[in-house]
Amino acid sequence: MSDALKKERIARRIAKELKDGYFVNLGIGIPTMVANYLPEGISVILQSENGLLGIGPYPLPGEEHCDLINAGKETVTAIAGASFFSSADSFAMIRGGHIDATILGAMEVSETGDIANYLIPGKLVKGMGGAMDLVAASRNVIVAMMHTDKHGSSKVLPACTLPLTGTACVKKIVSDIAVMDVTSEGLLLLETAEGVSIDDVMKATAAKLRVADNCREFAF
Amino acid sequence: MAKILSSSKEAVRLIQDGMTIMVGGFGVCGFPENLVHALAEQGSKDLTLISNNGTVDGFGNGRLIANRQIKKLYASYIGENKALEEQFIKNELAVELVPQGTLAERIRAGGAGIPAFFTPTGYGTLVAEGKETRIYDGKGYVLETAFKADVSIIKAYKADTMGNLVYRSTARNFNPMMATAGKITIVEVEEIVEPGQLNPEEVVTPCIYVNYIVKGEHYERRIEKRTNRPTNR
Repeated sequence: MSDALKKERIARRIAKELKDGYFVNLGIGIPTMVANYLPEGISVILQSENGLLGIGPYPLPGEEHCDLINAGKETVTAIAGASFFSSADSFAMIRGGHIDATILGAMEVSETGDIANYLIPGKLVKGMGGAMDLVAASRNVIVAMMHTDKHGSSKVLPACTLPLTGTACVKKIVSDIAVMDVTSEGLLLLETAEGVSIDDVMKATAAKLRVADNCREFAF
Repeated sequence: MAKILSSSKEAVRLIQDGMTIMVGGFGVCGFPENLVHALAEQGSKDLTLISNNGTVDGFGNGRLIANRQIKKLYASYIGENKALEEQFIKNELAVELVPQGTLAERIRAGGAGIPAFFTPTGYGTLVAEGKETRIYDGKGYVLETAFKADVSIIKAYKADTMGNLVYRSTARNFNPMMATAGKITIVEVEEIVEPGQLNPEEVVTPCIYVNYIVKGEHYERRIEKRTNRPTNR
């Protein structure tokens, strides 16, 4: 399966986590794709931390405006009922716990729910943007990522090796091969992807992973 | 009451070497490009810059950085700017990465007379190193201090001649807080109108925060990532 299809599978599966009427912040990359796969009858309101509640679809060619962008700096539109606000108001909304779900990518996640996604010392320096605020305060942080890196090494680890974005904040991990919950007793495997066995997931995971009693194989 | 200046060039004369400045904008969106480009031309040095991004090579803060006018940068995101990333990795430019919400709140606090505050953001990370932390209701918080500037440079959509400001869409971002946190605040706008022509219910930045107004000479209306949906859908 191509990476593009794997990413689509992740986005499709995460979309099922969202409930009707949720206020959701989607990170850059796979998380942004989640909006394309919302189940029938489910509508959510998307928040963009640069100051927009109610992100609409991308604009038609010729209808872009330089003043209307999302946090990934892509041109967007605003839905009917949208509102604009300052960055201070936006992060008051985020830190205040008013966002129902935050979906973001990660370089590493630990079995205790720590996340690292902003810095590789000496190599990649881009900055955390709004990610640290989002993970510090959202009630429901879901990570969307490939299970292993380019070299096939597990991104789900006993402890993160990179500088942390947040500690004990991730609630759920949806990778291209598995759905895992972060519980007080560590990681719990809930589902495996089509064509992936529980054993395959265990082998691809460096962190300690327990298999839920009702774990569903080939579930998504 | 605010004073209208004739040009960006005249306005940036208020900025001297060694000052701390805030510059509004989220990337190139809502960015005071005329003022910053005039500052790049003026060549003021040893500046401390507080701005969300490094913006991009050759535009905005990117010009100040390429000119080596910046001694220290506080920002939340410095991707999309190769010169900045290189200078940072080689330790030629001091950069302190500040989480975006903490950056916004530190500026807001600076303008609102709050010297410091506890935030959950960054607890247990590099951001909290060397800072006081405290536990409230079982959750960890980090003490962050306020930011103030000698001069704040911001962009708004319209000003009235008194200095009341309105913004457009997501171009608001950091501009309203920065207006409050500068000892001197200079705003560039696309249009200047008479008092009474802005609806008081819709004024975002009241004129008390604005010292100088310039009508921006030229707007490039740059877009960093033009993204469209297909026309056939």
